[in-house]
Amino acid sequence: MHRFANPARFLRIARAVQPWTAAAMAVAFAVGLYYALVASPIDYLQRDTVRIMYVHVPAAWMALGAYSTIAIASLVSIVWRHPLADVCARAAAPIGAVFTAICLITGSFWGKPTWGTWWQWDARMTSVLVLLFVYLGYMALWSAFDDRQRAARAASILALVGAINLPIIKFSVDWWNTLHQPASVFRRGGPTIHPDMLVPLLVMALAYLLFFVTTLLMRMRAELAAQRLEVAAERRALALEGAE
Amino acid sequence: MTASPPLSLRAEALVCRRGGRTVFTDVSLAVAPGAALLVTGPNGAGKSSLLKLLAGTLRPEAGVIERPERIAYLGHDNALKPVLTVAENLLFWAGLGAPSRREALARAEAAAAAVGIAPLWDVPARLLSSGQKRRTALARVLASNAALWLLDEPTVGLDAASVERLGPVFARHRAGGGMIVATSHTPLPLGDADVLELGGRA
Amino acid sequence: MSGGVFTLVGRELALVWAERGGGAIALIFFVIVGSLFPFAVGPEPQVLLRIAPGIIWVSALLACLLSLERLFQPDAEDGTLEQLVVSGQSLESVAVAKMIAHWLTTALPLVILTPIMAAMLNAPVEVWGTLLLGLLLGTPALSAIGSVAAALTVGVRRGGVLISLLVLPLAVPTLIFGVGVSDPLAGASALKWLAATTLLALAVSPFAAAAGLRAAME
Repeated sequence: MHRFANPARFLRIARAVQPWTAAAMAVAFAVGLYYALVASPIDYLQRDTVRIMYVHVPAAWMALGAYSTIAIASLVSIVWRHPLADVCARAAAPIGAVFTAICLITGSFWGKPTWGTWWQWDARMTSVLVLLFVYLGYMALWSAFDDRQRAARAASILALVGAINLPIIKFSVDWWNTLHQPASVFRRGGPTIHPDMLVPLLVMALAYLLFFVTTLLMRMRAELAAQRLEVAAERRALALEGAE
Repeated sequence: MTASPPLSLRAEALVCRRGGRTVFTDVSLAVAPGAALLVTGPNGAGKSSLLKLLAGTLRPEAGVIERPERIAYLGHDNALKPVLTVAENLLFWAGLGAPSRREALARAEAAAAAVGIAPLWDVPARLLSSGQKRRTALARVLASNAALWLLDEPTVGLDAASVERLGPVFARHRAGGGMIVATSHTPLPLGDADVLELGGRA
Repeated sequence: MSGGVFTLVGRELALVWAERGGGAIALIFFVIVGSLFPFAVGPEPQVLLRIAPGIIWVSALLACLLSLERLFQPDAEDGTLEQLVVSGQSLESVAVAKMIAHWLTTALPLVILTPIMAAMLNAPVEVWGTLLLGLLLGTPALSAIGSVAAALTVGVRRGGVLISLLVLPLAVPTLIFGVGVSDPLAGASALKWLAATTLLALAVSPFAAAAGLRAAME
């Protein structure tokens, strides 16, 4: 396939698109946070604490969304060997990990008033915790190799293995949870969610998505720049050796 | 695909990339049964990489390779397990390619005798000198009954007498229709051989 | 070439046998880790009895991790891996052979030692059977997942730690269902899901591990 699938073109597009996604993100956050913190109704039981949901739930969605991005990019990398796919996957990982951490921390804050403790091993939080470990392992694998190409290959295999495993992990954690806690602790705005809460939630989700895209583009551009620097340095080393 | 595997080795327009670096481009070669090819070039030119491409352990960035079915490869490492004896090492590899254990044993014994390590048959590989290990690895190549031998610096660590002993071994292989592709910094008793020169770094 | 896998496994076993005692380390580790828990949570029989299956499973999981770093490393280092490829063995066969060898030399001895551990931890005898069954069904998945992680990290400095980091999250389902087999209420359900998880791991791992080995050879 295209060995050096024209990163120049991608860089041009990214540089053009990024300001727009950033601006849209700012608007979405402004609108979303207004609704989340001010205009949306309080919960019957949880009162104002439910507002953390608007930060917590989209973070969970994006944590999974980022991993899906990594999985798809890894598949593209393995099948088509497209070099931008590796750059995308590597760039997305820390963002996804941060979303996961945000989800866990806000989940802890949300649960404290109801649970009385800072942490409960309920099904969703536990699954997200394992997802965080998967992210950390993935990032560690990228950093383990000197040879970038080898790192990319290993990481893409791991990402796909993880993708197959994640539904199983979720299922097993759910199973484990019903085994040890037959009554669920509390519902997080289950399937019947009021539109007054749904709309701000979706707006916040959109804001998170735009944040992900913006940051992803930034990181990909940075990674490509770092690669160009490395190639230039390597050429200098080769030229020097040739002259000796 | 019902075509029988080719008898000779052929490669066209090979491009080799390793570790993000292009090692060589547009390398072509052909080796007919009974022929030998010596690959030369400065360090870093990709001689070892070329042999790995021909062996099939590395995939070329571009280009076509047609290789015979049975190949033996000798790299920088001897692939000997220190805890196993010479016999056990040789028998394992011979057994992978031979139709029966008896045939594998016969090939292994003949190969060991040809390179002069038959006296070390029951010695654990960890006790061998580096030259003896190299000769054991050569015996493995010999015992494989492969048509194509890919040898990367086969005589490293061998004294002059051992190197000379390889002359008849190579000659017998070629006389039987076998092919040899080798790299070496020192002269090899290959007989008449074509030469392929790989350029250095551009 | 199924004859290939059989031959390869035979060789692995011969190598472990010749090493004399290298395989015992995992066994000793298994017992030591299991013994740490009474020190940590107190020796009260009622407490230990409740958590014995969990202790045994965690100890088994950690012990299985130990030998993974050296699973592919020696063959990659001394050129054996290359030779296997040139000799016509597929990397998938090599991976399967290593998984089987790992299970036979690391996991199976643990399983055999389990009744002793169960006795030490005051697990009731009725539970012993389910423990053995769970470990027998679940440890192949650990060998499979472990060999994928080992293949991906061949040649990496301090690969052992990285392998553990990669394996542990992926081993969570096996751990959950494996311990679940010993649960009086959910044992049957757990058994079913444990078998399914192991089958999936066995189906996917050879290809993932082979891909990792391929990347390592380039």
